[in-house]
Amino acid sequence: MPEAPRKVRVHCQINGMPMSLEAFPMARLLDVLREQAGFTGTKEGCGEGECGACSIEMDGALVNSCLVPLLQADGAKICTIEGMGQVGLLDAVQQAFLIHGGAQCGICTPGMIMAAKNLLVRNPEPTESEIREGLSGNLCRCTGYTRILASVVAACRGSRQGR
Amino acid sequence: MRSCVPDYWLETPHTLAEAVERMGRAPGEWKPFAGGTDLMVLLEAGKLPHRKFLSLWKLPELRGIVQTSGEVALGALTTYSEVWRSAVLGREFPLLCRAAAETGSIATQNRGTLGGNIANASPAADSPPALLVYDAELEMISASEKRRMPFHGFWLGYKKLALRGDELISKIYLPRGKVGWRQFYRKVGARRAQAISKVCFAGAAQLEGGRIADVRIAVGSVAPVVLRAVETENILRGERLTPPLLRKARETLAGEIAPIDDIRSTAHYRLRVAQNLLAQFCEALAA
Amino acid sequence: MAPANRQIGKPVPRKEGREKVTGAARYVDDLAFPGMIHGVTVRSSVARGKIREIRFAPGIPWNEFTIVAAKDIPGKNCVALLIEDQPCLAEQFVNHPEEPVVLLAHPDKYLLEEARRAVQIEVEPLPAIFAMEDSLARKEIIWGEDNIFKSYLVEKGNLDAAWAAAEVVVEGEYDTGAQEQLYIETQGMIAQASPETGVTVWGSLQCPYYVHKALVRLFGLPKETIRVVQTETGGGFGGKEEYPSMIAGHAALLSWKSGKPVKIVYDRAEDMAATTKRHPSRTRHRTGVTREGKLVAMQIDFDLDGGAYETLSPVVLSRGTIHAAGPYGCPNVRIRSRVVATNAPPHGAFRGFGAPQSVFALERHLDRVAAAVGLSPEELRRRNFIREGETLAVGQVIHEKVEMSKLLDRALELSGYHEKRARFQKENSGCAVKKGIGFASFLHGAGFTGSGEEYLGSEALVSATREGKVQVLAGSTEMGQGTNTVFAQIAADAMGLDCEEIEILQPDTALVPNSGPTVASRTVMIVGKLVETAALNIKRSLEEKGFLKAGFDKDEFREASRRYIERFGGLQSLVKYQHPADLHWDDGTYQGDAYGAYAWAVYVAEVSVDTRTAETRVDDFVAVQEVGKVINPVLAGGQIEGGVAQGIGYALYENVVWQEGRMANGQMTNYIMPTSMDVPAIRVYFEEMPYARGPAGAKGIGELPLDGTAPAIANAISQATGVDVRSIPITPEKLLELLENVHA
Repeated sequence: MPEAPRKVRVHCQINGMPMSLEAFPMARLLDVLREQAGFTGTKEGCGEGECGACSIEMDGALVNSCLVPLLQADGAKICTIEGMGQVGLLDAVQQAFLIHGGAQCGICTPGMIMAAKNLLVRNPEPTESEIREGLSGNLCRCTGYTRILASVVAACRGSRQGR
Repeated sequence: MRSCVPDYWLETPHTLAEAVERMGRAPGEWKPFAGGTDLMVLLEAGKLPHRKFLSLWKLPELRGIVQTSGEVALGALTTYSEVWRSAVLGREFPLLCRAAAETGSIATQNRGTLGGNIANASPAADSPPALLVYDAELEMISASEKRRMPFHGFWLGYKKLALRGDELISKIYLPRGKVGWRQFYRKVGARRAQAISKVCFAGAAQLEGGRIADVRIAVGSVAPVVLRAVETENILRGERLTPPLLRKARETLAGEIAPIDDIRSTAHYRLRVAQNLLAQFCEALAA
Repeated sequence: MAPANRQIGKPVPRKEGREKVTGAARYVDDLAFPGMIHGVTVRSSVARGKIREIRFAPGIPWNEFTIVAAKDIPGKNCVALLIEDQPCLAEQFVNHPEEPVVLLAHPDKYLLEEARRAVQIEVEPLPAIFAMEDSLARKEIIWGEDNIFKSYLVEKGNLDAAWAAAEVVVEGEYDTGAQEQLYIETQGMIAQASPETGVTVWGSLQCPYYVHKALVRLFGLPKETIRVVQTETGGGFGGKEEYPSMIAGHAALLSWKSGKPVKIVYDRAEDMAATTKRHPSRTRHRTGVTREGKLVAMQIDFDLDGGAYETLSPVVLSRGTIHAAGPYGCPNVRIRSRVVATNAPPHGAFRGFGAPQSVFALERHLDRVAAAVGLSPEELRRRNFIREGETLAVGQVIHEKVEMSKLLDRALELSGYHEKRARFQKENSGCAVKKGIGFASFLHGAGFTGSGEEYLGSEALVSATREGKVQVLAGSTEMGQGTNTVFAQIAADAMGLDCEEIEILQPDTALVPNSGPTVASRTVMIVGKLVETAALNIKRSLEEKGFLKAGFDKDEFREASRRYIERFGGLQSLVKYQHPADLHWDDGTYQGDAYGAYAWAVYVAEVSVDTRTAETRVDDFVAVQEVGKVINPVLAGGQIEGGVAQGIGYALYENVVWQEGRMANGQMTNYIMPTSMDVPAIRVYFEEMPYARGPAGAKGIGELPLDGTAPAIANAISQATGVDVRSIPITPEKLLELLENVHA
C-alpha cells in the first residue's frame, strides 16, 4: 500500500488532439484542462455542478467538468469551447450569440454555447420550451436568457437555411 | 473551502470481480465512486472525509437495461439520461423517467447514476420515491455473495442503508405489471430546474369499479429516509375516493411523515405541501 | 455639430464579442505570471469580539508560507472608501463573521487550503447585533456613537398640517431581504508589489480608481507607483464596486511580503459568505389621500441594514431616500431615513442601490392605497403622476414633458392588463392555480446624486493615432453591459467613422484618466458624453486646420490624422465633466436637483400562483421605459432583460438565510437564482425623449429594471390570491402562510 496517493497519467483526445495529462486522480478535469492543457475557455462559476460554466463535451455527452475526476477522463474524447468552429470561422451557434446578444459579460458563454450546441445535436429544431429546458443547467446572471434563446433559435434557422 | 486533492486515492478496478475483491479484503476501506456528481461536490466543499475510492464508471457489468418477462433490470451505473431515453422505461415506468429528467441538469443527468443516487442516501433524492412506488428490488454484490432485497426496507435511517462495507449495489429490478395503473409524480423544489426537492411525491393506483384496488405512495424530503407512506396507502386501499376519505388520508399522511425546518424550507411547508400533493394525486384518480 | 447617427441606434455587435464566444476572453483566473503563487484569506468565525490569539497548528510547513497580518501593512490598515472605518485585516477586534484576519500565500493551491484550515483565530466574543431593530434600539453600540452610519430628512411642503386634508389614511410596513449579486465570475485579483516597483494589480473590478485610491492609502505610497488594470470582468452589478479594493489589498500585501506575484481567486462559498450584498430594508408608509385619490400627505420612514462597516451605505441610503416617494406630485412629503450597523459582513452596492428597496415599498403601498379609496391601481397613479413643472419630494422641478400616463397606457395595452385582470378574476375561483397581473410605475435617476458628478470631475480622453485609428481612454469598465461597444458607437458617429476604427483601451490607471466609477447608470450618460465631446473635438481640430474636408471617408481620416500628428506631434482631446450651471443641490437640506435626468417606466408582471405549493411563476413580463435615446437596441434590451431577471430573483427566489450574521446558504445549490426555465420571455419596449445632455440624447438605464420588477410581481400575486404581500422575497414558505391566513 503506497503511503500517499500518486499522480496518474491519462491519455485522452481534446478538441481532436491527443493529449497526455498528469495529475492526482481526484483532480478536477476542469482544473487540468485550464492549468495543464491550457484551455482556459472553460470556466469555474460554482464548483458544485450548479452553474454549468464548466460544461464540456465528454464522449459526446454534456458534462460539468468541475465534477469529473481526472482519472475518469482516461480514454475520453473531450471537446471544449476552443474546439468549436474552424480556425478563423465561427460555428453557427457562436455567430448567432455574437449577432443576437447572447453574450454579455461572457463568463457563462463558453458553457452556454457548449450546452446549446449539444442540444441542437440531439434536437435540431427545438421549441422555445425545449431550448429553455436544454439550457436550464447553465446559469446566466446578465442576460435574463431572452437573447440566449433568440441566439439558439437563430442558429437553428441558420443551419436550416444552410442545408 | 476545498479538500486537499493529493490526499485522495481513486483507482480503477478492471472488472467487477476485482472491485468486490478489493472491497472484501478490508470492508469499508475502499468505497465505490460512480459518476461523482455527489462525491465531487462534497470534495469541493471540504466535506469528504473518506479518502479511498474505486472508480466503477467503466465497468460494463454494472451498465445496461435488460428486460425479461417479469421485470426490467437496470445496472447500477445506469445514468439518469439513459433512464429517460429508455423506451421500455418510458412506457412502463414513467415516474422514474420523470424523476430522472427533473434531477439536476442535463450535465448532471449524463453522469449521475441510479446506484450512486441510492448509495448517497439523501432523503431528498428524486428517483427513490418512484422506485418505491414500483416495488423496486436491489441486488447487492460482494466477494462472497450476491443478494437481493426490496428497496422498501433498504433504508434503515438517516443516511443509513442495509449495505455492508464490502458490498456494492449492482442492479435495480423493476417488476413489471403496473402498466394499467394511474401514475403521478410531482417534485416541488425552489425553482423549475436544478433544484433539490422540498417535497417529492410519487403515487400509483389501480382502480377497479370506482374503488382503489391497490395503491403505492412514496414521499421524499419529509423524513430522514424517503418514505413509503404505508399507513396512508392502507387508508385508501379498497375504498372509494370521497372527501371524508381524502381528509382522513391527509391526516394519516401527516402522522406518517416527519418534516423538518432546514435552510431550504420549513416543516410546516413540507407537511402542507405533502398533503396537497396527496390531494392532487387523489383528484387525478377521481378524474 | 450634431453626430450623424449612423452607428447609434444600430445593433452593432459587441466589440469584444468574438473573444467571448470563442473562449478567448481572458478573465483574471485565466492569467498566470511567471513565479506566481496563490493566496487565501483566513477569516473570523465569530461575529464580534476581541482577537486573543492566532495559532498556527503543527503539521504544516509554515516556513514555506508567506503570512501576512495587520502589522505587515505599510500604510494605513483600512479599505479607504467614503471613510476609513473598515480594516483591511482585523487587528484587535472583529466585527462580523468572515472578517479577514490573516493572509497566506504558497505555490501549492491544495496545501494552501490545508494551511487555511490549520490557522486558528481565537476570539473572545462580545455581544453582537444582528437585527436592525436591535441596532436602532442601541442594545449594544457596535459602531460610532449610536450605530447609525447616516441619516437623512427630506421635507416638502408642510406634512404636519397636511393630515387635516386627508380623508383616508393608509399605513403599511414593507421589508426587503438581502440579495447576493451572484456574478458568475467570482472575485479575483493578481498583484505584483514591492518597495522597488510599487504596486500593480490586475483583476475583476468595476472601478479602477477606487482600487487605486484604496491601495495608495494601504501602502502609503505615491499615486504614480500604484497601477490598477481591469481584466475581462464576468459580471459586477455593484458587487465589484467596493469589494475589489479589499481583495486587491490582500493580494498586494502578500506580494509585497513574498516578493512574488500573488493570485487570490475566491471560490463561490467564500465569495457568497464574505463579500457585500444588497442592503436589507424596512420602510414604513403613512399616506393621506382625499376620497378622490389625490395624495396629500406622504410620511416615509426608510431604514437600511448596513452590516458592520460604512462602505457606501450613506450613498445607498441617499438614492433610496430620493426615490422613496416616486414619480408622484404629492405636495407634502417627509422622508426620514437611516442606515444602521449590524454585525454582518458589510452590505454594499447592488444595481439599483437603495431604490429597489424604497420603490418596492412605495409601489406595493400605493396598490393598497388605491384599494382603500376604491380606485383601481392605475387610476390612483394617473391622478397623482407628476407633471412638467411640478416638483419631486426633494424639490427638483421636472423640466421635461413627463408622459407617465402614456407609458402606463402602453404598458397596460401591451400586457393585455385589463382583459386579463377581468378574466383572471372570473377564472380563478375553483382553480388551484390562480393567475394575477400587476404593475409598478417608477422613475430612476441616472448619474451621481446632487453634486456627486461635480465632485467626481470625470475625464475621458480620445486620441487619434498616426495610423488613423482612434482610441478611447476612459476608466469606465466593460462588464457585459456594453461599455466598449457603446463608446465605440458614440465616438464613431461623432467622427464620421465606423466602429471598427475605434479602439477602446483596457482600463489601466497608468494609461486612462479617471472617468469615475462604473456605477449609478452613469457610464453612457455622463462618460459617454465626455467621449462624444472629445471625439467631436478631434474631428473639429482636423477640420478647422484644414486637414479634413466634408464628406470624408475613413482613408481620408487616416491620412488627415497622420499628417496632423506629423505636423503637431499628437492629436487628442481630454474632456472633463462640467456640471450644468442650472443644476443646484444643497447637501445640507437635501433639496434641489438630485439627478440630471430621470428615466421613466411602467412594468407589468403576469403570474400564476399554484395554491397547492404556493409556488409563483412569472408567465409574462412587459417592461416599458423612456430612456432618452437607445444607442444599441440589442445591448439596451439586454440590460433591461437581465435586470428584470435579477428583479424576478429578488422578488421570488433569492433568499439569504442568516444565522448569527453569517449567510448559511452560501452555495448555488441553496441560494436560488432563476434558471432559463424560471423566467418568461421578457418583453422590452423603449420610448425616446432625447435628453439634451446625454450623448445622442441618451439617459442611463442600467439600474432601472431592478426598481419596478419586484413590486409589479408582488402586486400581481396580491391580485391573484388576495394576500397582502409586504415583504420580499415572497418565498413559497412565506406565501403559503399568507394564503392560509387569507382563508382562515
